[in-house]
Amino acid sequence: MKKIIVLLSLFIGYWPALAPAALTIEITQGMEGAVPIAIVPFAQPAGGAAPPENVSQIVMDDLRRSGRFEPVPEQNLVSQPHEPGQVRFQDWKTLGVENLVIGKVESSGPDRFNIKFFVFDVYRGNKLIGFSVPTTRKRMRHDAHRVSDLIFEKLTGLRGAFATRIAYVTETKSAGKRKYKLEVSDSDGYGPKTILNSKEPLMSPAWSADGKQLAYVSFEKKRASIFMQSVETAKRRKLASFDGVNGAPAWSPDGRQLAITLSRDGNPEIYIYSLAGGDTRRLTRNAAIDTEPVWSPDGKSLVFTSDRGGTPQLYSMSVQGGRAKRLTFEGKYNASADFSFDGKRLAMVHGAGGSYRIGVLEIESGVFNIVSDGRLDESPSFAPNGSMIIYATEEGHRGVLAAVSSDGRFKQRFSTRVGNVREPVWSPFAGGAR
Amino acid sequence: MMKKLNLIFSLLFMLVVAGCSSKGDVVDAGTVAVEDQSASSESADNFKDSGMTELGDMPEALSHRVIYFAYDSYDVSTQDRDLIAAHAAYLSSNPGSSVKLEGHGDERGSREYNIALGDRRNGSVKRMLELQGVSPGQISMVSYGEEKAAVEGHDESAWSLNRRVELIYAGM
Repeated sequence: MKKIIVLLSLFIGYWPALAPAALTIEITQGMEGAVPIAIVPFAQPAGGAAPPENVSQIVMDDLRRSGRFEPVPEQNLVSQPHEPGQVRFQDWKTLGVENLVIGKVESSGPDRFNIKFFVFDVYRGNKLIGFSVPTTRKRMRHDAHRVSDLIFEKLTGLRGAFATRIAYVTETKSAGKRKYKLEVSDSDGYGPKTILNSKEPLMSPAWSADGKQLAYVSFEKKRASIFMQSVETAKRRKLASFDGVNGAPAWSPDGRQLAITLSRDGNPEIYIYSLAGGDTRRLTRNAAIDTEPVWSPDGKSLVFTSDRGGTPQLYSMSVQGGRAKRLTFEGKYNASADFSFDGKRLAMVHGAGGSYRIGVLEIESGVFNIVSDGRLDESPSFAPNGSMIIYATEEGHRGVLAAVSSDGRFKQRFSTRVGNVREPVWSPFAGGAR
Repeated sequence: MMKKLNLIFSLLFMLVVAGCSSKGDVVDAGTVAVEDQSASSESADNFKDSGMTELGDMPEALSHRVIYFAYDSYDVSTQDRDLIAAHAAYLSSNPGSSVKLEGHGDERGSREYNIALGDRRNGSVKRMLELQGVSPGQISMVSYGEEKAAVEGHDESAWSLNRRVELIYAGM
């Protein structure tokens, strides 16, 4: 709690006027199977300015919340080496850890630092990786997440996604008036920044593939409009504001088009909007609901929700149009799809027995698993490395965010003190860059 | 909240009807419920002064302006057909009037699918109005899906009141 307050006050120092409440993560299920790892607190610079962040603590928290590692508590560390020459592998073998991380933060000029770190295989007695990462006071937290990414990738073979961000919508009520915000924070909930404030509902944020833009739906003029907005500069552009539905924006992988839902021709249909020309091309032609398009990572097809078979189910269709192929057959409600970034899995909202939970479909094999256990879970979004799915759930009738490993074994919750938080979307890898 | 306001305005509506009965005209007090909540303490005369337009004769049936739907359905129930017919009769005989349909859903399931459901509910009402002679230009639509619940609650008693289309008359 003390740490949170420190982090929060740092944050308030950066954006005194905005200062939305930070989300804090608690792990709610499944440390079994996590691999023990020793992370020795990094040495601090002898002279010069103190670094603004505790890099080894950030790395420890990142690896723990991946669900794959269990960092050894500091009091159990047998020694505190900071240089490769100081490591005695026998000590660490006795402790039963497979891997050891050591490092130091050095001052390299005014507001400039170097993060030097090494990862060892304790049993083989060799160095796996060692890097020197130059950083600045401002970028240090981001670069600490990059250190976590490098360690995670070396030890799991999977690219790390710690240095990414999440976008989400918050709703608060004061004096009977509702306020809606579109916010962006680091993937650990730290440093939330308000992108847009409104008295009318905001919905359906979607990241561009380069991580620089968000598309979203705003009801600010008491009608639905789709906007795109730069995350950094706040410059925005209105894309669609027809009578009826203007919703469910999804960027094409090449960033040149968005799939959107419009009902201007009589009922909700999917259209392709070209950013260069500002023109729309109708894709679906059906008397039923067609909405919630998502692009396959190769950009060649879309998956969407349709009730053309009587209940909402997921279908795929070529971006050139043509026949729709039904993908989901389990249960009476499957909607709100999200592709894993390798295109092999779909996360969705699965309704059954009065509960709405997050399901994952392996597209090729058809294997389907339910990975969440709430009553009103919605808005699943894959991490860019496919390891986790973030989604919206409820806790005491308040909307909160949660994340689950894509196999359903490891769960965590993002807590906040006020209001409702919903519609989380995980940025692509590029979304972490500033 | 909405329900309470509706009640207040139903009462106001009745007062206005009583106050104007000698002249035989009626002010659309229901409009104010959506557009301006602060007007609740104002008199009927103030409604007129504040830019509101009289809509002419409005049958009693038109004080019912919410149509409810079953789960995951956009079919209008038989009992609501008469209600829609009354609105259609009014709109078609007052071609200068217009109505905004606001479609809504309950909180369950996907948010954008609920937007689509609200839109289909709007579409069902719109089609019935048009079949009975209302010009398409008199009708505008917005779907809020689950974003603006009429009743805050997490069971069927709340959900059934949230799956709805509201008919909102505007001054012309």
